[in-house]
Amino acid sequence: MSHDYSNTQEQEQTDFSQPATRRTFAKVVAGGVGFCYAAAIGYPVYRFLNSPVEKATLAAAISEISLKDAQKLAAGTALIFKFGAEPCLLIHLPEGKWVALSAKCTHLGCTVQYEGDKQRIFCACHGGTYDPTNGHNIAGPPPKPLKSFVVKEVTDSAVVVSRV
Amino acid sequence: MNSLFNTVYAWANQRLDLDDMLRFARKKTVPEHRHSAWYYWGGVTLFFFLVQAISGVLLLLYYRPGPDAYESVRQITYDIHFGWLIRSTHAWAANLMLVSIFVHMFSVFFMKAYRCPREFGWWSGIGLLMMAMVFGFSGYLMPMNELAYFATKVGLEIPASMPIIGPVMADLVRGGLEVNEFTVHRFFALHVVVLPALFVPLLGFHLWLVQKHGNALPPSEEALPVAQRRSIPFFPNFIMKDMAMWLIALNVLAVLAAMFPWDLGAAADPLKPAPRGIHPEWYFMSQFQVLKVFGNWLPGAAGEILGLVWFSLGMLLWSFIPLYDPTRENGRRGRRATYFGLLALVILILTTAWGYWAIHIETQPATAAAPAKLSGVPNTVNLVLTDRKTDMIPVRKDSASILSAHETPGWKPVVHDRQDAYPPVKTIVLSVAPTPEAVNPK
Repeated sequence: MSHDYSNTQEQEQTDFSQPATRRTFAKVVAGGVGFCYAAAIGYPVYRFLNSPVEKATLAAAISEISLKDAQKLAAGTALIFKFGAEPCLLIHLPEGKWVALSAKCTHLGCTVQYEGDKQRIFCACHGGTYDPTNGHNIAGPPPKPLKSFVVKEVTDSAVVVSRV
Repeated sequence: MNSLFNTVYAWANQRLDLDDMLRFARKKTVPEHRHSAWYYWGGVTLFFFLVQAISGVLLLLYYRPGPDAYESVRQITYDIHFGWLIRSTHAWAANLMLVSIFVHMFSVFFMKAYRCPREFGWWSGIGLLMMAMVFGFSGYLMPMNELAYFATKVGLEIPASMPIIGPVMADLVRGGLEVNEFTVHRFFALHVVVLPALFVPLLGFHLWLVQKHGNALPPSEEALPVAQRRSIPFFPNFIMKDMAMWLIALNVLAVLAAMFPWDLGAAADPLKPAPRGIHPEWYFMSQFQVLKVFGNWLPGAAGEILGLVWFSLGMLLWSFIPLYDPTRENGRRGRRATYFGLLALVILILTTAWGYWAIHIETQPATAAAPAKLSGVPNTVNLVLTDRKTDMIPVRKDSASILSAHETPGWKPVVHDRQDAYPPVKTIVLSVAPTPEAVNPK
């Protein structure tokens, strides 16, 4: 079947009496013009679609965040805040240390939670478990530790968290 | 590459018999004569419809109907990259689509392409035209700006003048006693769900009929013996020419949309009087002017009812043409149909021109007379409004953060807080007033 078809195709091509070079030239010009049209339409449409992504990327490009009144957080509890677009955990460990970790599970991206009584970070989606002191994955499906942030300083009025 | 294409083609061909379709397309012919340029206008309409579908879906990604409508269109126009271009494309293509529909319809009419067996083509075409106009009317409200607000208000007053059922219908369409955010929501549902769902199948029927009956020959060609008639293959010759027309249409659209971006206008304000010279889009201009004229003859609802009767009767006669002039013989009925078409065309063009002329006259004194009263003062006022926060010229003239105005000497900016309105509105209207020195120059 396929053999038959390619035969007719060949016959048709040899039927053309025009010189091959002219045909190739026309094809290249048509292709080039077509590409220009596709680009002239495609670029604005791409930028139009990408507009919120650009804005979000710009808004997320921060290196530090000051969490007002977060110093009042009791030991053994945590809060979730946004670092740019990413949900993050600020944990006040029972022994008084402060830890900031990404709250996005490294398995499939669910938001994890801190469980003070069990001293673990738990992901309810698929049961992933992390060590709250350093974010290491200790059980379940997560392939790697939670991304960590730096708790730069804890003042009387705020906790300052920055990128590593 | 080629052999891969051939393999895939052969695979699909075996199952779908694509060769048969191609054979059919090559065998199908399109008549070629000195009037065949008119055969492309249906295709051009189809092109603009496809542009509308695509650009409409793109606008749908950011548009929010309801109370947020104006703000979301403002964001599309000024905040989203190339949003102005997509919106401008949608607005221009809507107008160009109606232009090509009218060209298509009148060319079909004068080439007598509505005659047996093409009556259903004519009727489905009229249905598509009506729907395209409702598309235009409902789409016009989407930005909820001043023009949209009043156009919709006026447009819905016309059916409301019908006795008994009129007011009930108008209130139901509006979703209230006045045009409001529910109206936007209803029109939105109509514009993006109901109308496309009705339009697309009817368009499919229309195209199927064209395929079934082929292109109609104008009477002058039909008079020729068959041997003297010329034709070209549908594929690839006609398709190539059709695509060339699409390319021209695309270029015209691109130039218009990019060089003359569609205006956003001021947000609708129910407490503001209608701006002078307000008028509908050109494809409603004829009806608008007829209503205005009838309204002057017969005050009250009678004028509008007469207008409604006039339009309905016109559309009815227009639809009955294939029944009045059904045969190929160019007899007395054929001639009368042509005269009727010419009359309809002339009335449409004259009333439209009359409408624009009337608006031109109406707006004349408003712009020219006011400064003329003050002789010896600058007639033009340069006003630069700056935004307090950014020190930039604000895109929204109704922005409450407009603070300073750099004015021409002799004129003073006046900020009106709209306290007179009830309930009080927070809009600041900035206008300019001549200072005493300007009125009485020393």
